[in-house]
Amino acid sequence: MSTKRDKVIVCRCEDVTLHQVDEAIARGHRDLESLKRYTGFGTGFCQGKQCVALCARLLVERGGDPPTKPITPRPPIRPIALADLARLVDDGDGP
Amino acid sequence: MTEELTQPFDAIPDACDVLVVGAGIMGLATAYNLARMGAGRIVIVDRSYLCSGASGRNGGGVRAQFSSETNIELMKRSLELCDDFATEMGINVWLRRDGYLFLARNAKRRAELEASVALQRSHGLPTRMIGPSEILSIVPEIDVSGIEAGSYNPDDAVVFPWPFVWGYARACQRLGVTVHPFVDAELEATGGAMSGALLRSQRVESLGQEKHIRAPLVILATGAWSPEVAAPLGLELPNHPHRHEICSTEPLKPFLGPLVADLESGLYFSQSMRGEIVGGVSNARVPPGVDQRSSLRFLGLYAKALTRTMPILGSVRVLRQWAGCYDLTPDGSPIIGRVDSLEGLILLCGFMGHGFMIAPIIGLLTARYLLKNEERELFHRWSLGRFERGELLPESMILG
Repeated sequence: MSTKRDKVIVCRCEDVTLHQVDEAIARGHRDLESLKRYTGFGTGFCQGKQCVALCARLLVERGGDPPTKPITPRPPIRPIALADLARLVDDGDGP
Repeated sequence: MTEELTQPFDAIPDACDVLVVGAGIMGLATAYNLARMGAGRIVIVDRSYLCSGASGRNGGGVRAQFSSETNIELMKRSLELCDDFATEMGINVWLRRDGYLFLARNAKRRAELEASVALQRSHGLPTRMIGPSEILSIVPEIDVSGIEAGSYNPDDAVVFPWPFVWGYARACQRLGVTVHPFVDAELEATGGAMSGALLRSQRVESLGQEKHIRAPLVILATGAWSPEVAAPLGLELPNHPHRHEICSTEPLKPFLGPLVADLESGLYFSQSMRGEIVGGVSNARVPPGVDQRSSLRFLGLYAKALTRTMPILGSVRVLRQWAGCYDLTPDGSPIIGRVDSLEGLILLCGFMGHGFMIAPIIGLLTARYLLKNEERELFHRWSLGRFERGELLPESMILG
C-alpha cells in the first residue's frame, strides 16, 4: 500500500503525493495553511484551484482542524508576464 | 512514533519559567537556545499557525553587507550558524551561498556602498566594489546602462525560510519546550513585574477557551504585532508595522547566482532553489497598521524596476504575490532586552525587515544575556531605553 500511496498525486502542479500529506499531518501540520506550507500543495501554476478542496478533505478525514475557509488566495488569478505588469505604472511614478 | 511540532491548548501548563509570545523564528531560536542552556520549563504561544507572520513571508535573504558595525558582526555570525543549521537540526533549509550584489545608479549611492564595503572589509568580509564589466561577468543578463558600480559579497546567502521555522520548532520540542499555535496572549503584570498572561484559544477544537499561565519571564517576539501586544501593559513601543509585498514567478532553469539589490528603488530579487524569481520593491504608499493584503500597484512597481534591471525577464510570468510586515523603528536599529519599567519583560522586536536573518545569532545571544549575564553592552545599546537617552543608531542598508 505504501508504494501505491507514494504515487497518488494530490497536487499536480507541485507533484505532492498522498503519502506526503499523510506524513505532514502526522508531523503535526494540522491546519490547512500549515499543510500547504509543509507540502507545497497549491503553490504552483494553478495556485490551488485544482487541489485545495481535495487537500482540505484529506486533512479533515485524517483528524486535522476543519478549515473555516480556503487557503489565502494569491493574486494574480492567471500568470501575467512581467513586461505587461511593468506598464501598470507611469515613468514618473516612484515608490 | 512521529514527533508533532505543536501541542494543543489543553497541554499548556499553569505555570512556566519562560513564556515566549510569538512562534516566529525569533521566538523559536531564543527558546531553543534557552532550553539548551537549561532555562527550565519554556512555553511558546502564537496567535496563528507556524510561518504565518514575517518568518513565513520574507524573501529568505541572509547577508552580512550592512552599513553599521553591529549588524555586520552579528550577520557574520548568523551566516555561520546558517551553515551548520541543516546538520544540527536535521532539516534541509536550501541554503545557497551565492552572494549578494548591490547596484549603485548614481554617485551618492556609489559613495555609500564604498563606505560600507570599507567597513565590511575591516571586519574580515570579502565584499568588494566592482564595475559594470565585473557585474556582467557575475550576472550577464543585467542591463548595466546607468549602473555606476556594485558591491559584491560572494559569501552572502539565500535560504528557504519555512524549514528554519520547522527546524527550530522541532528542536525546541525535543528539548521539552512546547509550542502552541492559535493562542492569543494578553500579557499581565503586577507591581511593576511580569506575572504571566491570559491565554485564549483560536483553534477550532478549543475555540474561545481561556486559561491563565504564570511566568516570571516573558519574551515578546511578535514582530510587527509587538506594539499591539505590549499595549495592555501600558507600554508604548516606538516601532510600527509597514507592509512589504513580494512575488514569485514561474520556475526557470537555475541561472542567477547572487541576490541582486538596488537600494535606490528598493528592488531585490533572487532565484529560489525551486527556480522561481522571488523579489520585492519599495512601496511607501501602504495602508497603516498590520496589513497583509496584496496590491496591483506593487506588481507594477516591481515589474518596472525588475525589467529595467533584467530586461530578459519581461516574458517571464508572475505566479503568486503575497505580503508581510516589516517592523520598523525610528532609527533603523532593533529594540531588544529589558524594559526599565517592567521587571521580567524581554523585548525582541523592531528588526527592520531583517529579523529572519539575524534571528539565529540574536536567539543565541539573548539566552546568554538572560542566563549568563553576557552581551550586556549590545542589550543596553539596542534597548528601548536608548530612545529616552537619545542614543539613536542609524543603519542605511535597509531593503524594500
